[in-house]
Amino acid sequence: MSAHANLERRRQAIYGWLLLSPAAVLLTVFAFYPSIATLWSSTFSRGTRRKPTEFVGSENYMDLFADPIFWQVVKNNLFYAGITIPVSIFIALAMALWANSKISARGFVRTAYFTPTVLPMIAAANLWLFFYTPGLGVLDQIGSMFGLPSVNWLGQPETALWAIIIVTIWKEAGFFMIFYLAALQTIPEDLKEAADIEGTSRWTYTRRIVLPLLMPTTLFIAVNAMINSVKLIDHLFILTKGGPSDASKLILYYIWEMAFAFFDAPHAAAMTILVIAVLGIVAAVQFFYLDKRTHYQ
Amino acid sequence: MTASPFVVLKDVAKRWNGQLGVEGISLEIPEGSFTALLGPSGCGKSTTLRLLAGLELPDEGQIFIDGKDVTTSAASDRNLSMVFQSYALFPHLSVAENVVFGLKVRRVPKKERQEKLHRALEITGLLGYENRKPGELSGGQRQRVALARAIVAGQRLCLMDEPLSNLDAKLRNSVRKDIKKLQRDLGITVVYVTHDQTEAMSMADTVVLMKDGHIQQVGTPENLYNSPNNTFVAEFVGAPPMALIGTDALSGFEQGKTIGVRAENIQIVPKGEGRLSCTVNESEFLGSETLIGLDHADAAGLCVLKPGLSMMPEGDQIDITFSDEHLHVFDAAGQRLAG
Repeated sequence: MSAHANLERRRQAIYGWLLLSPAAVLLTVFAFYPSIATLWSSTFSRGTRRKPTEFVGSENYMDLFADPIFWQVVKNNLFYAGITIPVSIFIALAMALWANSKISARGFVRTAYFTPTVLPMIAAANLWLFFYTPGLGVLDQIGSMFGLPSVNWLGQPETALWAIIIVTIWKEAGFFMIFYLAALQTIPEDLKEAADIEGTSRWTYTRRIVLPLLMPTTLFIAVNAMINSVKLIDHLFILTKGGPSDASKLILYYIWEMAFAFFDAPHAAAMTILVIAVLGIVAAVQFFYLDKRTHYQ
Repeated sequence: MTASPFVVLKDVAKRWNGQLGVEGISLEIPEGSFTALLGPSGCGKSTTLRLLAGLELPDEGQIFIDGKDVTTSAASDRNLSMVFQSYALFPHLSVAENVVFGLKVRRVPKKERQEKLHRALEITGLLGYENRKPGELSGGQRQRVALARAIVAGQRLCLMDEPLSNLDAKLRNSVRKDIKKLQRDLGITVVYVTHDQTEAMSMADTVVLMKDGHIQQVGTPENLYNSPNNTFVAEFVGAPPMALIGTDALSGFEQGKTIGVRAENIQIVPKGEGRLSCTVNESEFLGSETLIGLDHADAAGLCVLKPGLSMMPEGDQIDITFSDEHLHVFDAAGQRLAG
């Protein structure tokens, strides 16, 4: 290869690395290094004044697997994810299809749907706290008009997690709707017309044309919703603090509690690693398996 | 013709928020004919087609297809197919799925569907491409998929909205012939929208020339070419278009009129012998002939054709002449005067 071609190739390589480096530095400092450090510290015991830290291998993980609260939290989180992800995606899609059709006050509808997303989670949680408060709350007031007894939505194990789930769906659906709206705008109008001429019903058109074309968005939203189902816990601090009797405790809240309320960093680290592993596997499945069945334009 | 026409539009009007869309469109299209809706962009030709398709509903007037009043019918009840300018292929479906989409929606049995698919792909030369996605096809192939989808159901009326405008010039020529042949072989009625007068003139049995939402002239291509109704038609049809000359510049004519004359009827004559003296402003070599563009204060679009390569220097003064039999005379408003 001639000299100038070689030089050009090297120049391109340097250029590429330069473009890559800001992201690489940030990711290393704030993602890769912390993950590895977490993995490392999860293999050491918790140091006390009498017993210094020592390497314990997988002991912390074994402790977790033996901990009934851990399993309760995992179960809560799976249930929470299992309800919030499909329901918020479905509601987001329904709202987007409606807000994208030719209705009056379309701008207002879109803004109204999006408002929950704009509110800070803590503020939103306080709002819902007011809705749920027994006696005073909006829900109870409406209920009492129909003669229903007062319900402490957040205070009893049977309803606490459901109350949290509803807040999450309310918060997330509007956000996901924006992605769906954006994707719907990219579907050309004449596809609908071509389908109309063939006599395609609205439902068939949605099922056979719109939904497949929205698949890339759905996949993206599903991954995001899944990450959020582990990540989004601000409202727990305001609404239930994981109670009553761990009924609404989610995994990240438990990690926080472990690390900063019980000061048990190694177990918190072990739990973090488990979460990362599970999220990594699920994201890989979603992207590699579903990607093949998705049409990208 | 004794039988009633296949497609009839009666005083159809469509306005957009009070603004002009199309107005007073009346048309009769016989079965098996090829009709081109021609006009500059914004003239209402696409609107007319969409009214016919049922994608828009008219504000006034009536539309009949095959003797049935379909003015307010849904698009799917009009028994027609349509080729869109953008082709409107479903990007996530294969060629075969795209073509049979409508049959599937209409619950045509699978065996019949396969037969029709095969035939449509055979006609359009797409056999072997069944499993490709539209994104993996060239522009011309996509166009043929759109055609296959339009003919697969065997509808007797096919609407085409500028189907060739996304193709390059060479391809456009060959597809033009294919479409014409297709229409003849299948005996279907085609209503074809285009802004390209060459396309309209070469393909259509009847050309409907429109401007600003109104029909300017309906007729055979030679009718439009040889006796344009008004100066707009004269200037729109033909390449090069008809030159228009104010009679004030000519002797022997009534003042205040406009005469039209085509380039092929103009001759260059020695100085002092012509009816009009003009300046050369451009020479365009077309291959078999050279188009000389001419400037004159009272004329528009004046040009003359010379055989072979015969460029003339810009700014040259030349005299031209033409015989009276080739002239078209228009009144001050631009309407054709008899003769």
